[in-house]
Amino acid sequence: MKTANKTVTATQLVKDALTKAKHFADYNIFTYLNEEGALKRAAEIDAKIARGEEVGKLAGVPFAMKDNFLSPEGETTASAHILEGFTSPITATAIEKLEKEGAIMIGRTNMDAFAHGSSTENSYFGPTLNSHDRERVSGGSSGGSAVAVALDIVEFATGTDTGGSIRQPASFNGVYGLKPTYGTISRYGVVAMASSTDCVGFFTKTPDDMNLLMEVASGQDPKDLTTLPDYYNESEAKKVKKIGIIKDFDNDSVDLEIRQALKDKCEALKASGHEIVELEMPALKYALAAYYIIVPAEIASNLSRYDGVRYGFRSEDSANLEALYPNTRSEGFMPENKRRIMIGNFVLSSGFYDAYFLKAAKARTLIVNEYLEAFSKCDAILTPVAPNPAFKLGEKVDDPVSMYLEDVMSVPLNLAGVPGLTIPAGKTKAGLPIGLQLVGPRRSDKSLIEFSKELA
Amino acid sequence: MEIKREDILHLSNLSDFSLSEKEIEKLGGDLQGIIKYISQLDELNTDDVEPTYQVFEMENVWRNDEILPQDATREQLLALTKEEKDNQIKVPKVL
Repeated sequence: MKTANKTVTATQLVKDALTKAKHFADYNIFTYLNEEGALKRAAEIDAKIARGEEVGKLAGVPFAMKDNFLSPEGETTASAHILEGFTSPITATAIEKLEKEGAIMIGRTNMDAFAHGSSTENSYFGPTLNSHDRERVSGGSSGGSAVAVALDIVEFATGTDTGGSIRQPASFNGVYGLKPTYGTISRYGVVAMASSTDCVGFFTKTPDDMNLLMEVASGQDPKDLTTLPDYYNESEAKKVKKIGIIKDFDNDSVDLEIRQALKDKCEALKASGHEIVELEMPALKYALAAYYIIVPAEIASNLSRYDGVRYGFRSEDSANLEALYPNTRSEGFMPENKRRIMIGNFVLSSGFYDAYFLKAAKARTLIVNEYLEAFSKCDAILTPVAPNPAFKLGEKVDDPVSMYLEDVMSVPLNLAGVPGLTIPAGKTKAGLPIGLQLVGPRRSDKSLIEFSKELA
Repeated sequence: MEIKREDILHLSNLSDFSLSEKEIEKLGGDLQGIIKYISQLDELNTDDVEPTYQVFEMENVWRNDEILPQDATREQLLALTKEEKDNQIKVPKVL
């Protein structure tokens, strides 16, 4: 990526990014533009360069930040009404690390409120338009971040992926999107959705940029006790020779052009001396059902903190405290937030816990084991990201189950904690980007990024 | 299972929502569809399978029992609330 130096200043890079952001304003990508703050940081970096001082690996590189990362610049709302007015006094560890290397946040990007959704249509600020077809969705939940990179406004963007929220919008917009191994990047200062599957990751235009960002942002954080001991920078990219294909994913519910793109890649891999291994993973069929039990349960718990008392939106004119909570939560949450909280409370409530939550936790074990077995037969798995390319705005928003089915091939990874990388794989006849995802065993992130270069 | 109006009201109560009639009706249908979908897990044989609640592969991450400096001060946190009085958060009457 382009960094600042004596001839190309950080100020110029930031100004260019801000100009492009404004040019594409009608795509509804940003919930906040950090003009003043970004230019101030740029001037500081330019002064350092002028003095001949050392600047970081990302000096002057403009980036976009999903609106669920905490920082004092602008309101952190997770694109939800209930967080309106919340300006964070703290900064997320991942953002701190990027900024320490000189990266400059130029704006907060639109998302499905609290990252609940697969189209960015559940945002309190309205949907973000697809970068290739303005009548279609950007994907979600990190839709704004994906489009900011696809339209070349910024060099990279941050995202979060709980069930596909980086990989699916990356595929809908033709960019790279990585969901790292669970625990690779600190979640400190990121609005929690489902703590056992939430991952921080990135959107980039190249695999090398992805590698650089992982070098900077990964690592153990004393403020997030679920971060793994440092491994990324010490790990070697292993050569991927055997590629697994999941037989069950090649069915009529998946778009023909996506299935063809996958077949074409397999042929190309065979031609270059790779071995293709067919995998049977029968429990994956149940991953989506397990996901939509486990994740809402964690959501119901994590989102119980929003009550209008300590921060964010508070409903006005409540007669007493007892009424303040439901009034604030009813006015402040989007319909999809309410569905997920209620489903979470349903699967956790007495009488249903064993039949739903415990059953899903057992299904999760079977899914984890299927991946372990699969990776004893192959080095990486190649699958579609979603069953279809970007769909029309409004097409699925009133039918929650059909929207959930978008996630059918992305959620199994989150339940198992394994990494997944969306790679661009051409376009449909109608000109919509197609993405495929590379999946590897835990801690194989670097191998996947390196291997993706062979698939470009 | 069939989701009845009283189930929606019960879940609404557990979730600390006060729903309008229109929402109760819409959510009733939505939740029925979602529960029907997730109920397909019944088909999966999970006899003798232990549950998985986290995929972190680590246990007992200990830290020293000492108070570390915090990122935000009391004043900064109090400034986030709608109403503050005498260094405390003010809410509507409790009783």
